Amino acid sequence: MSEKPTAPAASRSTGGSGPVAAGSATTGSATTGSATTGSATTGSAASETSTPQKSGRRMTGVGRVLVVVYGILALAATGRSVYQIMDHFQVAPVAFTLSAFSAVIYIVATIALIAPGRTWYRVAWTTISIELAGVLIIGTLSTFAPAAIGMAAIDPFGDDSTVWSAYGAGYLFIPLVLPVLGMLWLAKHRPVASSSSTAAEA
Amino acid sequence: MVEWFTAVQVVVALLAGLLCLVVGFVGRPPNDLTLGAIVLIELLLLAQLVVTIVAPLVGNGPTGSLGEFYIYLVSALLLPIAGAFWALIERTRWSTVVLGVVGLAIAVMLYRMGQIWFVQGTP
Repeated sequence: MSEKPTAPAASRSTGGSGPVAAGSATTGSATTGSATTGSATTGSAASETSTPQKSGRRMTGVGRVLVVVYGILALAATGRSVYQIMDHFQVAPVAFTLSAFSAVIYIVATIALIAPGRTWYRVAWTTISIELAGVLIIGTLSTFAPAAIGMAAIDPFGDDSTVWSAYGAGYLFIPLVLPVLGMLWLAKHRPVASSSSTAAEA
Repeated sequence: MVEWFTAVQVVVALLAGLLCLVVGFVGRPPNDLTLGAIVLIELLLLAQLVVTIVAPLVGNGPTGSLGEFYIYLVSALLLPIAGAFWALIERTRWSTVVLGVVGLAIAVMLYRMGQIWFVQGTP
């Protein structure tokens, strides 16, 4: 971020005003607004490659909301796992190790969503895929076979639950929904260098 | 923790969060109203911090884990600062939505704090 302070600032101001103007012109709901900004960035990538939007920042506009929700979940997972491991690790070592693992995944995913470039884009895909797999596998195990991961009960608010227990029921099912939203976001906002090349091929 | 104060705090955080979400989805960048609502949440959290430092000393201790409680409270204290900071550097409607998400997250965290303090340790 500190390497090239002028380029992101320029892309933020111009890139920010473009989609916002498009969104307020349609005055649609939040979903149509984000759809127009999404199509605007991918659609204009071919025609307006000279605009500063090519810096590849995926997290302007509604993407920032996604990042904030990811950040809060990373905070929640970290806080919970730190407490679990420090306070009563021996109660359910497998579940708490998973808890710490999920915390790390959420932290890396949050950073990967913010950081520009193709490598981080791949990291984002990887971590978000792990999240989806984690919430489905751990959700299923914790619901139907809690003993398999060393848990005493199914209670999603219980002492030995993780962010992924019971499909994230203890976190309003946000851990279940968030990877899907993240994938949709990533699919729409691939790094501009690769999207313009695919547009040229098509 | 004092039960009525915590309840008031949850309701304030919930309303402030919903307000910011609505104002954000309407398309307004952060303004005095939405930022003020977040500042109010932060001030109430600071008051809660004072209350929960004093309360155990006068015999009103948590039934659950004080350590887990403080992890929640410190995290909650940091969120409005991060959200408001963001609202000041990027003045778009999505920053207002971010403020709303912060408000709702704090409402949930306060509810959990209440559970830890009043419910968790009681059989």
